[in-house]
Amino acid sequence: MRCGDFKETYIKDEEIFQSLFVKFCLGMFLLFLLVFPFAADAYMLYIANMIGFAVIGAVGLNLLTGFTGQISLGHAAFVGVGAYTSAILVTRLGFSFWLSIPFAGLVAALAGMIIGIPSLRVKGLYLCIATLAAQFIFEFIFIHWESMTKGITGINIPHPRIGSLEFITEKEFYWITLFFVVLGVGYARNLVRSRMGRAFVAIRDRDLSAEIIGINLFRYKLSAFAISSFYAGVAGALWVTFLKVVTPDHFPFILSIQYLAMIIVGGLGSVLGSIFGAVFITLTPELLNYLSEIVKMYALGHEEIFVPMKEVIFGLLIVLFLIFEPRGLAEIWNRFKNFFRLWPFSY
Amino acid sequence: MDILLQIIVTGLATGGLYGLIALGFVLIYKATSVLNLAMGEFMTLGAFVCFTALTQIKAPFYLALMLTLASAVVLGIIVERLILRPLIGEPVISVIMVTIGLGVILRGLIYMIWTPSFRNFPQIFPPEPLNLNFAVVPSGLWWGFVFAIIGTTIFLLIFKFSRTGVAMRATANDQQAALSMGISVRWVFALAWCFGAMASVIGGIVIGNISGISVYMGDIGLKVLAVIILGGLDSIGGAILGGFIIAILENLTGLYIDPLIGGGAKDVAPFLILVLIIMIRPYGLFGKEIIERV
Repeated sequence: MRCGDFKETYIKDEEIFQSLFVKFCLGMFLLFLLVFPFAADAYMLYIANMIGFAVIGAVGLNLLTGFTGQISLGHAAFVGVGAYTSAILVTRLGFSFWLSIPFAGLVAALAGMIIGIPSLRVKGLYLCIATLAAQFIFEFIFIHWESMTKGITGINIPHPRIGSLEFITEKEFYWITLFFVVLGVGYARNLVRSRMGRAFVAIRDRDLSAEIIGINLFRYKLSAFAISSFYAGVAGALWVTFLKVVTPDHFPFILSIQYLAMIIVGGLGSVLGSIFGAVFITLTPELLNYLSEIVKMYALGHEEIFVPMKEVIFGLLIVLFLIFEPRGLAEIWNRFKNFFRLWPFSY
Repeated sequence: MDILLQIIVTGLATGGLYGLIALGFVLIYKATSVLNLAMGEFMTLGAFVCFTALTQIKAPFYLALMLTLASAVVLGIIVERLILRPLIGEPVISVIMVTIGLGVILRGLIYMIWTPSFRNFPQIFPPEPLNLNFAVVPSGLWWGFVFAIIGTTIFLLIFKFSRTGVAMRATANDQQAALSMGISVRWVFALAWCFGAMASVIGGIVIGNISGISVYMGDIGLKVLAVIILGGLDSIGGAILGGFIIAILENLTGLYIDPLIGGGAKDVAPFLILVLIIMIRPYGLFGKEIIERV
């Protein structure tokens, strides 16, 4: 029986897979993800894809807000930039879907760096308001730059394909999503234990002290914005390709709030937390849809109440987590694990 | 030339209104260092309460106004006590997000209670527009301006001369010193939220009167952010002056830029101005510059 987990070197302490048991669990989970599409129906696969896009976006935002401490209320704008870049490259310039994804990320990263410039001068509240303004400015651009984005009519996007292999159904797209999710999460998990990740955390904790110990604030703050927006851009490009159409309505202010809600509910400054949060925030409205179906069966005419109910519950989740569990689901998960680690002799 | 003058006069009238809502933001920020992003929803709620009092209970306007103000007080106290007080001392992101969450909850509740359909406000002001020879101000805007100015003046007088106002200013200046002088900081926090909510519900009633009410009228609350950033987050005078400047600039953009790009510039202009101010002078015209020492 294990009664503790002791490490003798820093290298051991920073390992991603801390023990054989963890490796085993992760392996089982990956196996589950690989088997899942063969057992699930189209609706479940649709949800799985949605969760995948949310995970990529949320991990990106967590790198910026959770690790570097730069609050962004404009994440949806970067998702939108990526989505439009991919759509325009594929439809206008004949790029293949695969090539358009990194370009979507890069253009979004560029946009993120531009929006990140105020972060060098202001922080906290002011940065928050600046990114909020960016959200509305980008929304305006999506609607009004009609020669490029086709305004509110939107752009139709063809299916991705490799040779003669087409990705049309939810099941086929699932593999693309899974690939990018694993890539994104793996990169983020490694990033946070590198020099750059430690610099991010130092900036979050106290930027002046970080600067004094030799961290270049200009470089690292902008890197955080760029990486976070890159993730957002990739998430956006995948999402709209999955939906087959992109319109400005896909990137409202509330989407930015949803991403923030994901990392708050999941846990700020934790890659695992962003995944928990993304799953949780994506599943909650679906659960309510399911409930409204049941209500429809028993009490006809009352199901309209579920439309605003979703908003109320979404808001309540944010508020209650902030007040009662500010470190999110990741912290609950840790407590749960620790309880069983020493069970039944918890002291 | 005529149209320019007309635009500026309309801008001034709108500016009074922006100033009033901005005052709500500033009152809360000054005392409690919380930027309340749910302000727009406070406005919507106020407008709907007043609307219900006028149409369902058939109350006269002054009674409906009293009722709305009373509900603002209740709202302010509940929000401060239940949501903001547990978060004192938490990082900025928590505080910002909690007000956003609150906004989402309020919006959902308003949707549930009043349904999302658009409604016209009953006539409460005399319909004749004000004619100033060189320009005409529509009745709604004119009376809105009057209301905003009266509201702002009352708040300013309270802040400047009453015992409560002095306590609030003392708390804003230094919480610990205020506490040691026997001021109940908790009470001041609650009061700041009440005042902020009252300012915003008056704004809501006036805006509802001008352009009708719906669940989505709260979006104007975000536009007012430009006003308070321009004026300085903690400056009451700045909020009022900022209101006029932003409203006039917004109307001018509507006049000159909109035809060039086919509409919509008016709505995004405040945000562009906002980004410019943050880049150039983040603490605004009269805000207190924060100097960080290690």
